[in-house]
Amino acid sequence: MGNITNKEPYQQAYYPPAPTGFTRFMRTCVLWQLWRFVSINIKMIKLLSRSHH
Amino acid sequence: MSRIVILGAGISGHTAARYLNKWVGKEHEIIVVAPNSKWNWIPSNIWVGVGQMTEKDVTFDLAELYSKTNMDFRQAKALSIHPDGSADSAQPFVTVEYTRADKAGVVENISYDYLINATGPKLNFGATEGLGPDHGHTVSVCTYGHAKEANEKLQQSIEKMRKGERQTVVIGTGHGMCTCQGAAFEYIYNVDHVLREAGVRHMARIVWISNEYELGDFGMGGVHIKRGGYITNGKTFAESLMVERGIEWITRAHVKKVEAGKIHYETLDGTFHELDFDFSMLIPPFAGVGLKGFSKTEEDITAQMFLPNGFMKVDADYTARPFMEWSAKDWPRTYQTPTHRNIFAVGIAFAVPHLISKPMQSANGTPINPTAPRTGMPSAAMAKAVAMSIRDMLNGAEKPTHTASMAEMGAACVASTGSHILKGTAATMTVFPVVPDYEKYPEFGRDIDLTFGEIGLAGHWMKYLLHHTFIYQAKLRPGWSLLPD
Repeated sequence: MGNITNKEPYQQAYYPPAPTGFTRFMRTCVLWQLWRFVSINIKMIKLLSRSHH
Repeated sequence: MSRIVILGAGISGHTAARYLNKWVGKEHEIIVVAPNSKWNWIPSNIWVGVGQMTEKDVTFDLAELYSKTNMDFRQAKALSIHPDGSADSAQPFVTVEYTRADKAGVVENISYDYLINATGPKLNFGATEGLGPDHGHTVSVCTYGHAKEANEKLQQSIEKMRKGERQTVVIGTGHGMCTCQGAAFEYIYNVDHVLREAGVRHMARIVWISNEYELGDFGMGGVHIKRGGYITNGKTFAESLMVERGIEWITRAHVKKVEAGKIHYETLDGTFHELDFDFSMLIPPFAGVGLKGFSKTEEDITAQMFLPNGFMKVDADYTARPFMEWSAKDWPRTYQTPTHRNIFAVGIAFAVPHLISKPMQSANGTPINPTAPRTGMPSAAMAKAVAMSIRDMLNGAEKPTHTASMAEMGAACVASTGSHILKGTAATMTVFPVVPDYEKYPEFGRDIDLTFGEIGLAGHWMKYLLHHTFIYQAKLRPGWSLLPD
C-alpha cells in the first residue's frame, strides 16, 4: 500500500481508491478467478465477433 | 495467375499472408518481403525485458515457415513503390534491397498485381536526443533484441540494489507524440514484480512518465468502465494500481532530451524539469519506414501516397478539422489507397486521420498528446479484412468486400506480471470500439458492456492463453484458421 499515512495532504498517492482486503483476496481466489476467466473469454469472443465485418 | 506482394511480416503482414495462402495460395503467387528473418510476438517482449522469457519463446524463423507453404519469402526491406510501373515496365512494382547476409545490398524490382503495405513503424528514437539503446541512454522493449538488452541492464541495476545502492527506475514514453503506452504500462508492473521477487523493491524508486493527459489514456482518450455502481474513468484504476505498488507518476510530459542518468522534460503547463535515473525504458515515437513512391516517369509521388509522417494514405478522411468535428466516420474502413485500387496499407503502416486522444499543446507550443495506437488485435482484424477483399477481387469483385474500421472494432489489452500460474496478476482491459463513436454511443463513445477492466489471476491466464494461441496460429499449426484473430 505504499506509504500513505493520511497525515500528508496533497500527496499523489492520497487520492486514488485503494483495494480492500476482500478485493485483493478475490483477485487471487482460484474459484472466483476461474469464473472470471470464463466471463472474460465470453466477452472477448463477443468483442471479436463484432469486430469482423 | 496474379501476384500478391506483402511488405512486412509482423502481426498484420503475416496475418494477411497466412489467410491469402489458405484461400488463394494454390492459384496465385504470394511473395512476402520483410527485413527481419524472424517473426516476433511483440506483446511478450515485455517478459523478455524482465528475463522471464527468452528470444526463442517469442520468435520463430520466417523462411523456414514459409518454405512449408505456397508463399515465397524474401528477406529484404522495401525501398519504393512504383504503382504505375516505369518507362521499362508496364507492371507496377516495388523495389527492395535484400538484408539476408548472403544477398545483403542486392536491389531487386518485384512486380505485383496486388500490394499490401504492412511495413509497421520506424522506431524513431532520433526524435528525442539521447533516446534509445543504440545512440542513447535508455532501453526499449520494441524488438526482442531491445528487450534482451533491457533485461541485461535491469539485472545490472538489481545487482547494484543487492549491494545496497539505491536506484531510480523510470519507465514510460520518450516523446510528446508517442503511442504504445500500454507496453510501457505493462513493463513497469513487470519490473516492479521482478524487483519484489529479487527482494530489492525497497531499494528502488519507480517513476512512470508519459505524454498522457491522465493515467489510463493509452492513446484512446481513456475509457469509462462500469464498476462498483458507477461508470468511472480508467484513470481511477490506473492510479490505484500505481499507488498499490508504490509507483510515482508524471503525466502530460514531453521528454526533450536524455543525458546519461538525466531526463529533461517539458510539461503541458510550459515548465521544464529534470529527472535523474539509473535505469530507464522509454518507448520511442513511431514514424513510417520511409518508403518512397514514384510515377511511371520517375517523378517523386511520395507526398501523394504518404502523409509527411511516412504513413500511407488509405480510405480515411484526412481533412484537417478541429477536435469537436472529429467523427468515427473519418477512420478508414477498407484500407485501400485512394489512388490505386490494388494497393492496401494495414497495421501501423496506414495513416490515421487524426489522434483519438484530445490534441494538447504546451504553453510553448509543444504538442504533448498520445498518438493513436494500432495494437495487435486491430492490426490482425484489418489484415484479415484486406485479405478477404483481395481474395474476392481476384474472383471478380470490383471493390473491397470487407471492412475493419477501428471505429467499429474492439481491442483487448492484458498487462500481466509474473510467470507463476497461481501468483501472477493482470490488469485486463477491453474497449469497443477503439475509436469512440459518439453518434452511436452518445454518452461515453463506447459500448459500456464490452468496454471493461479488471484485475486478477484470470487476466494472467488470459495473457498466457493469448501468448500460446497466437504463436500456435502464426506457426500455421493444425486448425490455426479456427482460432480467433
